[in-house]
Amino acid sequence: MNPRDSSSSSPSDRRLSALARHLSSPSAGGVGGGVSRSLASSSSFARGDSVFSHVARAPEDPILGVTVAFNKDPSPVKLNLGVGAYRTEEGKPLVLNVVRQAEQQLINDRARVKEYLPIVGLVEFNKLSAKLIFGADSPAILENRVTTVQCLSGTGSLRVGGEFLARHYHQHTIYIPKPTWGNHPKVFTLAGLSVKYYRYYDPATRGLDFQGLLEDLGSAPLGAVVLLHACAHNPTGVDPTIQQWEQIRQLIRSRRQLPFFDSAYQGFASGNLDADAQSIRSFVADGGECLVAQSYAKNMGLYGERVGALSIVCRTADVAGRVESQLKLVIRPMYSNPPIHGASIVAAILRDREMYNEWTIELKAMADRIISMRHQLFDALRARGTPGDWSHIIKQIGMFTFTGLNSQQVAFMTKEYHIYMTSDGRISMAGLSSKTVPHLADAIHAAVARAV
Amino acid sequence: MAAAVRAGVSGRILGRGSAVGARSMSSWWRSVEPAPKDPILGVTEAFLADPSPDKVNVGVGAYRDDNGKPVVLECVREAERRIAGNQNMEYLPMGGSVKMVEETLKLAYGEDSEFIKDKRIAAVQALSGTGACRLFADFQKRFSPDSQIYIPVPTWANHHNIWRDAHVPQRTYHYYHPESKGLDFAALMDDVKNAPNGSFFLLHACAHNPTGVDPSEDQWREISYQIKVKGHFPFFDMAYQGFASGDPERDAKAIRIFLEDGHAIGIAQSYAKNMGLYGQRVGCLSVLCEDEKQAIAVKSQLQQLARPMYSNPPVHGALVVSTILGDPELKSLWLKEVKVMADRIIGMRTALRENLEKLGSPLSWKHITEQIGMFCYSGMTPEQVDQLTKEYHIYLTRNGRIR
Repeated sequence: MNPRDSSSSSPSDRRLSALARHLSSPSAGGVGGGVSRSLASSSSFARGDSVFSHVARAPEDPILGVTVAFNKDPSPVKLNLGVGAYRTEEGKPLVLNVVRQAEQQLINDRARVKEYLPIVGLVEFNKLSAKLIFGADSPAILENRVTTVQCLSGTGSLRVGGEFLARHYHQHTIYIPKPTWGNHPKVFTLAGLSVKYYRYYDPATRGLDFQGLLEDLGSAPLGAVVLLHACAHNPTGVDPTIQQWEQIRQLIRSRRQLPFFDSAYQGFASGNLDADAQSIRSFVADGGECLVAQSYAKNMGLYGERVGALSIVCRTADVAGRVESQLKLVIRPMYSNPPIHGASIVAAILRDREMYNEWTIELKAMADRIISMRHQLFDALRARGTPGDWSHIIKQIGMFTFTGLNSQQVAFMTKEYHIYMTSDGRISMAGLSSKTVPHLADAIHAAVARAV
Repeated sequence: MAAAVRAGVSGRILGRGSAVGARSMSSWWRSVEPAPKDPILGVTEAFLADPSPDKVNVGVGAYRDDNGKPVVLECVREAERRIAGNQNMEYLPMGGSVKMVEETLKLAYGEDSEFIKDKRIAAVQALSGTGACRLFADFQKRFSPDSQIYIPVPTWANHHNIWRDAHVPQRTYHYYHPESKGLDFAALMDDVKNAPNGSFFLLHACAHNPTGVDPSEDQWREISYQIKVKGHFPFFDMAYQGFASGDPERDAKAIRIFLEDGHAIGIAQSYAKNMGLYGQRVGCLSVLCEDEKQAIAVKSQLQQLARPMYSNPPVHGALVVSTILGDPELKSLWLKEVKVMADRIIGMRTALRENLEKLGSPLSWKHITEQIGMFCYSGMTPEQVDQLTKEYHIYLTRNGRIR
């Protein structure tokens, strides 16, 4: 009997012949006593034989690790100024009213199902997101030159964009500002790009190193990819002025470099959605191409729902169509299609005029509270006569302030005052309240004074 | 023409020199080829575009009720009612919802699993089954860089894409026997034996996709034995637990056999089908380690791979799962609903086979009831599939797989 002749032998015949071959084969382990008993005795999975025994424990993520440490601290006056998640005056997370409304709508709609979205995500969400960032009357949209795909928040949008560039763009280097969000280099490296830096922050002025930026982009290769924070630069809060943006645009276009915008704070920086999109829109207005990663984590408070979008503005509609088809090939083997819940909430809000207006009001309230915290902290430090110029606190924009404190000062503040922040001196203004500003001001004052 | 005028106008508004980069630039993407349509999801795209009122979509793997409508389980509706308005939407940890992961491990490894008690399992929430497989493939590439993955023939098409994008070399092993429309067991065992020691093997835990052909319990024991002898790494893709037989414990049998036999396994679990949470993208990747310390190390490295991909996984679907599995009443309702879905599919298989036999088809259709799970490998050729689509508006994948 031929063991391979599966159609004519019975199952037990096959099993017997297979077993016979195992038992007579020199590679077989223990013989006799049944299959499973011999396995136990010849078990090579005792100790020390895992294929992964060499795997070392990875260091804590520096940003998320701050929250881990904060949670462990029993002090009643502890303050978490680490992660960029908005907090109310009472120090609580905030779910926007308009989001709750949208959620209720979704629950009440019995016809709603949870089927797979297309690979590119919720189509209505994609269209509305493009309008939000580029403006409803954007020539690129009207000419169908934009492809927008739903991705997992800003991170996912950056990663998908980066992978697309690594496969289809002729230059595989991306220039990112120094400093930048800690996750940027890893995202682009894993996407297959190599990462270089351009000067951005000037510690002396705690402002923009504009000369350095122009020099570095000026000497970066023609055609290089350039990562730009659309507004509210993370972690410094330092943004170029409108005039400086115009110079940056001209330089980038003259060197045929490809701008990749990270827009994580639209509406959060100034309180105005259009103003915060101005840098991007000026690049699109010149007819050129660019990539934009959009996140709704902060401006709609949808953090954990992972809602975002990647847009690629192309020269023609035909190119945009082909680009979209290739984006799908990046996405399918990563997670097949994006999560439906958060995108449905965003679409419900953006498509409804009343809900959209309510959103802009709630958004402005969050932005205004942060601006107020900046002023309160600045005033508190001035009142204490804390040495140094602290005006950058009110000049910087968005959720974060780069205080200028060094890592020893930060460590001191954590140990003595239970203030949790990243060691680069970045604090999340959203984590402050009128009640806690004095405590932070005391801590900064003490940290600075002891260094003197 | 209008575009050029607009560019000129905006050039004047933005100042001199902004004409630079406008008309002089051509697209970076001229050479980008249009990508082929996804063989599975492309079927649904074509179906949606078809205006025929008689059209039927038996392509994509999503459950339908008797009226052909997608189903949201009652336990899911109830869980969402409880969640709405109560939860904030803060970031989950990088490893996802701890509660969801705990409950999910119990399903795969057993309620009273010693491995759970001893904290030997490194586990993270993942973006459904796809995301779990991709995370594992990336992890395999990083920590077993010289290894290759053996993938059954046939398999879910996206498996090939996943390990390719992770840059892990892939090979295939025999699985489906077209003549008998069953398992090519002897060839499978030969492939396991002939693979270099320490190869990685992708196994479908139950309800093989696309064939519906599963090894018997005895066959699983032999496969386990031979894999052990060769020191291979078994990675299970379990997308249909509960869906195959109607009983999640029974559907986990292959995994439990391997655990008894002392393998260090990896598992990708998905709630897309068995909880109907398709679009929520909820799943879990687990890797069984030697001890707690190693599990902590492996988990931390899995998180390092997730962070630059999406930072942390989506909260909503995970909350639905942990709400259901954490509540005895809801969990019991879920188990009932899963059984109903599985029974309906088994009923459909019987009905389809009977109908074909009644129509006097000269071919053998017994494989329809012998195969298991959501899919049936009809045995049709791509040309026969095209004919079905063109003349009868029936949409299925070109490999002849029917849902």
